[in-house]
Amino acid sequence: MFIEAWDYLAGHQAQFLAALWRHVALSASALGIAAAIAVPLGVRLADARGTALVAINAANIGRTLPSLAVLALVMPIMGTGFTPSLFALTLLALPPILINTYTAIRQVDPDIVDAARGMGMTALEMVRKVKLPIALPVIFAGIRTAAVQVVSGAVLAAYIGGGGLGDFITAGIAMMALPQLLVGAIPATLLSLGTDALFGWIQRTLTPAGLRAR
Amino acid sequence: MIDLDALTKSFPGAPHPAVDRLTLTIPAGEVCVLIGPSGCGKTTTMRMINRMIEPDAGTIMVEGRNILHVDPVELRRSIGYVIQQVGLFPHWSIADNIATVPRLLGWEPTRTGARVDELLSLVGMEPAQYRQRFPRELSGGQKQRVGVARALAADPPVMLMDEPFGALDPITRTRLQVEFLRILRGLKKTIVFVTHDIDEAIKMGDRIAIMKDGELVQYDTPEAILARPVDAFVDEFVGSDRALKRLALIPAADLMTASAGDARPRIAADASARDALAAMLGAGADSVTLVDEKGAPRGTITLAAMRTRLTEHDDGSIGELQSLPIH
Repeated sequence: MFIEAWDYLAGHQAQFLAALWRHVALSASALGIAAAIAVPLGVRLADARGTALVAINAANIGRTLPSLAVLALVMPIMGTGFTPSLFALTLLALPPILINTYTAIRQVDPDIVDAARGMGMTALEMVRKVKLPIALPVIFAGIRTAAVQVVSGAVLAAYIGGGGLGDFITAGIAMMALPQLLVGAIPATLLSLGTDALFGWIQRTLTPAGLRAR
Repeated sequence: MIDLDALTKSFPGAPHPAVDRLTLTIPAGEVCVLIGPSGCGKTTTMRMINRMIEPDAGTIMVEGRNILHVDPVELRRSIGYVIQQVGLFPHWSIADNIATVPRLLGWEPTRTGARVDELLSLVGMEPAQYRQRFPRELSGGQKQRVGVARALAADPPVMLMDEPFGALDPITRTRLQVEFLRILRGLKKTIVFVTHDIDEAIKMGDRIAIMKDGELVQYDTPEAILARPVDAFVDEFVGSDRALKRLALIPAADLMTASAGDARPRIAADASARDALAAMLGAGADSVTLVDEKGAPRGTITLAAMRTRLTEHDDGSIGELQSLPIH
């Protein structure tokens, strides 16, 4: 069966590479957009108690939605294709990044922030030089969670015409063609595992030396 | 010099203002200790001087500038700031921590580097050994040494210190008190020092401002506060052993009479009157001999001389006019 899958892959190389690329592009874009929104938003919310409560609760609810449900909900509004898939995956990636950023910034020792302010740092300098670097490991843990979720979720994007490795899986299921299904499923699994490992490594690298466990 | 005039601050929901029309002058180069029970407004007062808290009314002049007209960020960079929990930046090396304000001010890296080494030496830490360490590798006392070095980095004329030794064990605390007193006196900084420990206040302060419920109760030298507490609150606050505390401030040599008796016990030339009393009580004597480093007698101190000294100023009159510089 695996040999058949290998044969199928050899016969559809161009198609496979295009799907893989699409999968990665879709995931990376969704993750990038989500991080660009959620990190600054989380930093801002950490200083705004009232609004934060609403936003963080919304994010927590968002976290509980099944990936497939999010994709399905987007379809009637935005139709099918790359953009709706990107939109849905971005929505999936937002909550973990937002919650982790907010929590990490809130947890920066108030004495450290007081010292920073008392020495004459502006609000922006406090974020850039003190709060973000200290919060970075936890923020990155959120990005790592989101990355794995998006890479896995992107498999489902095939259902709303988003393309990617999910195309092989859905087609494989529909036609009961196991080799074709595996050509989608195995790389998708490896991609998720690889993403987790990669982001774990980045997370460790980005942790400032003074904060690393001895 | 720091000049507080009718400084007032209220917080919502509090029964009385945190600081109530406080007027206080701190002469340049002196250590002023703000002290009082919890909630007396001492920390609020200190934090208004670098605008960490905005006053409701009144003025604050620092080095001739009305600080309410100065940009808070610029103001804070010109005032040293030390807090009890130190607040070192854990992701930065010791050198980076000390360099915080010079870098905010845009100093040349070579100048900053030289200043960091100079300050590490000043606070008794070998630069080569500590420069690249991280805060988590330091003991509590070392952290506060770095905290003080960091506050001194840009050589501010004024320092604010909020219970800087409050989190340290008693031995480290005593050692740092003595050491920092020597360092800060040498640098001629004007210092506002907040504490709730009367012994620390007596030891560290050129002047002590005792506060209660947001108001200034007494502002005077440690010696004068111990000799003439203005009311029952101050009397209780300084403690029933205030006579002993006063003796600790008086050098034994001040009470010496030239009579060259050679009575036992003997005390060193730099001992305090309190040490002299302890020696007398310990030996069951009513006089002690002060000796120099070589052990040669220099004079005699009697119990009577001590009693005279403690009572001659202690005539029950109200002390000098509050908040008036004495020197």
